[in-house]
Amino acid sequence: MLQQKSDFPILSQKNKLTYLDSAATSLKPQAVIDAMDEYYTSYSANIHRGLYPLSERASAEYEETRQVIADFIGARSEDEIIFTRNATESVNLVAYSYGREHVQKGDEIVTTVIEHHANFVPWQQLAFGTGADFKVIDITDQGDLNIFDKNGKLQLQDVITPKTKIFACNYVSNVLGTVQPVKDIIKAVRAINPEVIILIDAAQAVPHLEVNVQDLDCDFLVFSAHKMCGPTGVGVLWGRQDLLENMSPFLFGGDMINEVHIDKSVWATVPHKFEAGTPDIAGVIGLKAAVKYLQDVGLEKISKHEDELASYTREKLHEAFGNALSIVGEYSRLPHVGVVAFTIRGCHPHDIAGILAEEQICIRAGFHCAMPLHTRLGAKATSRASFYMYSTKEDADLFVSKLKNAYSVLT
Amino acid sequence: MSIYQELILDHYHSPHNSGVLQKYDADVSVANSSCGDKLRITLKVRQEKITDIAFTGEGCAISIAAASMLTDEVKGKDLEAVTGMTKDDVLKLLNIQLTPTRLRCALLPLEGISKAILSLKSTML
Ligand SMILES: Cc1ncc(COP(=O)(O)O)c(C=O)c1O
Repeated sequence: MLQQKSDFPILSQKNKLTYLDSAATSLKPQAVIDAMDEYYTSYSANIHRGLYPLSERASAEYEETRQVIADFIGARSEDEIIFTRNATESVNLVAYSYGREHVQKGDEIVTTVIEHHANFVPWQQLAFGTGADFKVIDITDQGDLNIFDKNGKLQLQDVITPKTKIFACNYVSNVLGTVQPVKDIIKAVRAINPEVIILIDAAQAVPHLEVNVQDLDCDFLVFSAHKMCGPTGVGVLWGRQDLLENMSPFLFGGDMINEVHIDKSVWATVPHKFEAGTPDIAGVIGLKAAVKYLQDVGLEKISKHEDELASYTREKLHEAFGNALSIVGEYSRLPHVGVVAFTIRGCHPHDIAGILAEEQICIRAGFHCAMPLHTRLGAKATSRASFYMYSTKEDADLFVSKLKNAYSVLT
Repeated sequence: MSIYQELILDHYHSPHNSGVLQKYDADVSVANSSCGDKLRITLKVRQEKITDIAFTGEGCAISIAAASMLTDEVKGKDLEAVTGMTKDDVLKLLNIQLTPTRLRCALLPLEGISKAILSLKSTML
């Protein structure tokens, strides 16, 4: 065990929960709950407005989170951090604000077939709305992006062209569990067309791996607080400052404005220009506590722990189900995080999840918001177990043993 | 209590009325977009009664068992009575409690049968 289950109040309750759905949302440590509680019980004022100490404290804590996040992902300045509701809203902000102003008919928007709907549909709709071409990178039967030649060298000449305006790609797949070599991919994209704007969906990466936006050399990067021990209701958009400064606001109203006249308005500077209205103050403060928690545990330890658990689980599953089992993305050459999505012949994923649920084991069944990927794999739906720092070998063992029961009930 | 009761599993493992009717008056398909399940229902009608019905498709135990039981139930019934069937009638047949997500699985067959009857009416009009 890497992290005490007792740090997570939901796990220390009597209900004997086996939580294997951390890729959907992570559990929350007491430290995060406490930080939010403290805001609500001791200084629950609005930010950037009040001149009294309560509000000043709330503003300071909120803004401090911006700095913490900037440091956490290696941003040049805290002004490059924008708080949204979730990763999905962050992608939409870029698609609307940047996309609608810069993409035209005949341009190309490129993404991949393994994206979460959050990093797929906004681009598809932007393409439909502007008349741009929507290009989707396929995968091999192993589940790797189809952009490598026989020798494993990146080969993007066919997809990235002088007409490409936007390239959007995930860092870690929420179904395959694979870590894309994003740094190399970005380098290869830039070598073909340095003008392409690159957005990285790091929703499944930031919770598990060290992410550095300058090292990656992307233009935008998005993630959600709730998958990294933080609360629901907060997402992050990181963007290069020069890009953000030249983009129009996405939402209009209070807080994002400097001057309002009947005949014109003047926007606030970045990042406030993109944070209209009262934000999720408690949530942002909770995110700061979550980052501290992750840093205290250590991201390197987290990913090692998950990798071991996932490998162990895959091995046990193969032992138990032989050739009735198929784990998606298993034969990829890429490194994996703690995600195991699978099918078992003769067992419908809903029934698997339903029977496990009766034992308080939480896994997910369905398309996991990645329908293009499932269609490509020819899988109707999959079951998915996902691990985090509080998951244990005992969890994995219980999961496999109850899965065996489910198998004998269903077949 | 588990929803995977013997009755449900029996119907799941050997569903009644499985297949496609050779001669039918209605032929519809319905799908559950959250898991990709699909059912195709064919039925035959004489004098405002369902005289025969069959289904094929893929689904979880709950949706297949519901299809099996519901097709048994509606055979020989007046169209009007079948049109009036609700969620509670399906749950009574299954004799289990379901969460909202699984309810969608259980109700897919009823949705299919209702759609089939509707398609009959529109062709008769
Ligand atoms: C890879 C990936 N991208 C984006 C998202 C969207 O996150 P949210 O629903 O918090 O916006 C998810 C969440 O499941 C995800 O796994």
